[in-house]
Amino acid sequence: MDSLEYEALGLKVGLELHFQLATRYKLFCRCPATLSEGEAKLRFERRLRPTQSELGEVDPAALFEFRKGLTIVYEADDRSTCLVELDEEPPHSINEEAVDIALTIALLLNARPVDEIHVMRKVVIDGSNTTGFQRTCVLALGGWIDLEGKRIGIQSICLEEDAARIVERRGDRVYYKLDRLGIPLVEVSTSPDIHSPSEAGSAALAIGKIVLSTGKVKSELGSIRQDVNISIRDGALVEVKGIQHLSLIPKVVENEVRRQVRLLELRDELRRRGLSKSSVDPTLYDVTDIFRQTRCKVVSRALESGGVVYALKLSGFRGLLSWLLNEGLRFGTELADYAVFWGRLGGIFHTDELPAYGISSSEVEALREAVGATDQDAIVIAAGSRDNVEDGLKAVAERVLIAFDGVPEETRRAEPTGVTRYMRPRPGAARMYPETDIPILVVDPRRIDHLRSNLPELPSIRVRKYVKEYGLSRKLAEELVASIYENLFEEVCRSFPSLPASVVASTLTETTTMLRRRGVPVDRVSTDRLYELFRFLAEGRMFKEAIPDILAHMAGKGVGVAEALEELGLKPLTDEELVEIVSEEVSRSGELIAKHRLNAVKIILGSIMKRYRGRVDASRLAKMIEDEVGRSIR
Amino acid sequence: MNRNPNLQGYKGRVRELLLSAGVEVGDEVRVVRDGEVYEGVLAPRIEYGGEDFIVVKLRSGYNIGVRVSDGKVQVEKLPARREVRYKSPVIPEAKATLPSVAILGTGGTIASRVDYRTGAVTPIFSADDLYGFTPELAGIARIDVETVFNIFSEDMTPKHWSIIAYKIGEYVSKGIDGIIVTHGTDTMGYTAAALSFALRNLPVPVILVGAQRSPDRPSSDAALNLIGAVTAAAYAPFAEVVVAMHKGLSDDEVAFHRGTRVRKCHTSRRDAFKSINSDQVAVYRDYKIEMLTEDYRRRGEDGFRVEAEFEERVALIKFYPGFDPKIIEWYIDDGYRGLVIEGTGLGHVSSRCIPALKRAVDSGVFVGMTSQCLWGRINMSVYRTGRELQAVGVVPLEDMLPETALVKLMWVLARVDDVGEARRLMLTNIAGEIFRRTSFRWYA
Repeated sequence: MDSLEYEALGLKVGLELHFQLATRYKLFCRCPATLSEGEAKLRFERRLRPTQSELGEVDPAALFEFRKGLTIVYEADDRSTCLVELDEEPPHSINEEAVDIALTIALLLNARPVDEIHVMRKVVIDGSNTTGFQRTCVLALGGWIDLEGKRIGIQSICLEEDAARIVERRGDRVYYKLDRLGIPLVEVSTSPDIHSPSEAGSAALAIGKIVLSTGKVKSELGSIRQDVNISIRDGALVEVKGIQHLSLIPKVVENEVRRQVRLLELRDELRRRGLSKSSVDPTLYDVTDIFRQTRCKVVSRALESGGVVYALKLSGFRGLLSWLLNEGLRFGTELADYAVFWGRLGGIFHTDELPAYGISSSEVEALREAVGATDQDAIVIAAGSRDNVEDGLKAVAERVLIAFDGVPEETRRAEPTGVTRYMRPRPGAARMYPETDIPILVVDPRRIDHLRSNLPELPSIRVRKYVKEYGLSRKLAEELVASIYENLFEEVCRSFPSLPASVVASTLTETTTMLRRRGVPVDRVSTDRLYELFRFLAEGRMFKEAIPDILAHMAGKGVGVAEALEELGLKPLTDEELVEIVSEEVSRSGELIAKHRLNAVKIILGSIMKRYRGRVDASRLAKMIEDEVGRSIR
Repeated sequence: MNRNPNLQGYKGRVRELLLSAGVEVGDEVRVVRDGEVYEGVLAPRIEYGGEDFIVVKLRSGYNIGVRVSDGKVQVEKLPARREVRYKSPVIPEAKATLPSVAILGTGGTIASRVDYRTGAVTPIFSADDLYGFTPELAGIARIDVETVFNIFSEDMTPKHWSIIAYKIGEYVSKGIDGIIVTHGTDTMGYTAAALSFALRNLPVPVILVGAQRSPDRPSSDAALNLIGAVTAAAYAPFAEVVVAMHKGLSDDEVAFHRGTRVRKCHTSRRDAFKSINSDQVAVYRDYKIEMLTEDYRRRGEDGFRVEAEFEERVALIKFYPGFDPKIIEWYIDDGYRGLVIEGTGLGHVSSRCIPALKRAVDSGVFVGMTSQCLWGRINMSVYRTGRELQAVGVVPLEDMLPETALVKLMWVLARVDDVGEARRLMLTNIAGEIFRRTSFRWYA
């Protein structure tokens, strides 16, 4: 699809980008704003109750969770967590360092700071906040960025606390770690001015670079969860949460548009088949007996623990459950996701894919007979406890009804592939009320003036500086600017002028990116330790070839450079060791030298480097071999 | 036009501006300043904010303050978007066969509710409000709710204790199965002690309950505390005055502390209340009450009466290094009838205080000694100062909490004039406030 087609579809995209701030402390207490590697020392359990909204309504998903008896288990350690995160002490006043960074971001985005900051409570009762709400405040409104000549509006810049980290969900218990709770996050929300997937990507990137230019934002560009609101004409506003990387945004938008288009086509297909909402019969049939002897493991396990199998007949739906929405996402998958969420089921089976999974064709036949289905109908079955199966299939029937209207408003989760999956219904009107425990903060105009006269250089200017002053390639300079290591880069270059700037820059960009892709938690290595790495490099205590291995080891084991060198056996060879190795290798290569004369140097070098890579400087070694070979020829 | 518009918290120039625009809190407004437009609901101004700001709840739900520093600000009323009022949820009907429980409201965090539209915190107390956040209660007991008053617990006085006690007396005479008093937590321990002495031969449980997190928060401890309290009021075998609050950090157990032994020991935790020099009476878990001691008063005994007078000319004085004995003199000269000293360690004050204390005793003031250690028993025979204090007539009050000793002395001196009789009563266990033995389990 090109951009014109997206425009014709009426695509509107708004971004909600989040950036974790690299402040010393958390937003509302004096805990360090870093994740903890330590073991959890404390565990406690909580229940969160839905409270009424201003309209006397409760969030249906929240109420549902509560009725199902969700117990939240929190794990805390003493270093990263205090009574504030435990919801056992009122929040302290807001972290002024975070306010300054967020206001700086606001000014860079041409937004207008508010006169008074009021911290609000935004109700979230999935357990990710011990309080049952997220503390958040708007710091500025009405900004814009220039995107290749087009203005993209910035609606608001908010400062909020990050949520607890979910560890796992087991049955009716959900486990969270509290270390991340309270780390300051800046949320930048754009207006729905974006009209194509690629525009969404470039807008996100542009905002990201501007935000990063403060030098006070944690982790690699956009390695935090991003949310995108997407709608097309006749479709619905869908909020996609948890996009892991900015680069995934265009893909997510593209997939979501396709999904909505395909759902609209499904609606038309239903009409073409002459089906209507009244043709959906929500009756659930107890078909447990059919599966008493089944070879389907999922079903037999459910029956062993006293469960049931129920069926829902979808008249005229044959083939439609396989209706493809996105790659790997069929209409049946959507139904299954509803059943999983509302019924806590493992999934569903439907006749468009049966017989399979151990369910035999005779069982399918018996099923059709039991519910009186013709070969034009589809049947959905689910196995599990009676309550769960009823809830799950009821949700399936409700989702089927929505298909007649087109696209439901939903909150969806982005998979790493860029396909979105149903997460929960969209929460009602954002329930926010004042956080009365935190005093109102008046924004002094002098504070804004001060921040405005100390704004960081914008990314484009810094790229030029790195090319000109440090001799970096343009690409490397851009990557550096997009990284979190700019300040470190300048500091290292200042301290160790003997190190080539390009080595420092590529270590901090290409090498870290490559390691991150391999799943190495390289962001855990502190800047102090990285600085130490460059000091070792400058002092000849290690060689640049060893950097990736050493960094990976430091990240994985949480150790310093010296330990990593020791543990990996990558300490540089001493001169004596080198002389010995070279003379031994040269004397062993008599034939080679006889044949290739001085050209043998390269081969010998390769063979030694293979064994001692990272422990020896290649150019120096080459020189030694050359001398030794020269001597032997003579 | 409304002649008395709600402009909660707005003062001076800003109030004038809002008045002339004909808007009040809750109205849809448009505020224009230097061409910048803010639209939303006019929110109340909290008391401690500066005067020069209008608070607007934006459509996004966020509040912001707009500075009104010069005449260039315009405020305009917009048509209401939709009428919104707090709706009480459907009230579940309790079965007639369930035990009857009365909930008496006195105020505090547990009885506050936020108006989500404007953010104003308002006191509540109706059965509907309670069921609103704790519908489970309807399955436990038939509940009557009565608001006795609505004050912060730091504003509570002995007169309030009397009112509560007589109100409880009315319900007990009507044959109620259990009584709950909702109370601010700061002085709940004092009220619990006062009721313990005032309600003689109690036939049913009287349970004080509070919250450390307000009920408008999803994480409020109010719901579990109330469920525990109502369960105990309806079904527990004990007939004593207790405080019901979270046992630990988790939302699973509620501890019941004897009214004369309980103290708020933490400023903010939900398990702030501890039993001191005593076991907890019982614990609630999963709709069940488990007794933790055999030593408790059973339900249904006869002879109930209310004796709820308190002598207010009684003081609690904390000793500290450098303490000026003139402080004691002041109390004597002002006509105080009793002093409870919170001394150091086993029960000491500086020997400099001895003349003043002697004068107090000689002028008919009862002087009792408790310890600022809280845990443990007074023993004024070990050190010389203690013996000298006893010699001038200071009474060691055993293992009584300082606050309990204060309340008890108020109660005792309202009943007797004779200091010797007061001394005898102060050393007699009346409501579980004095034990003769100290268990090794009773510490922190």
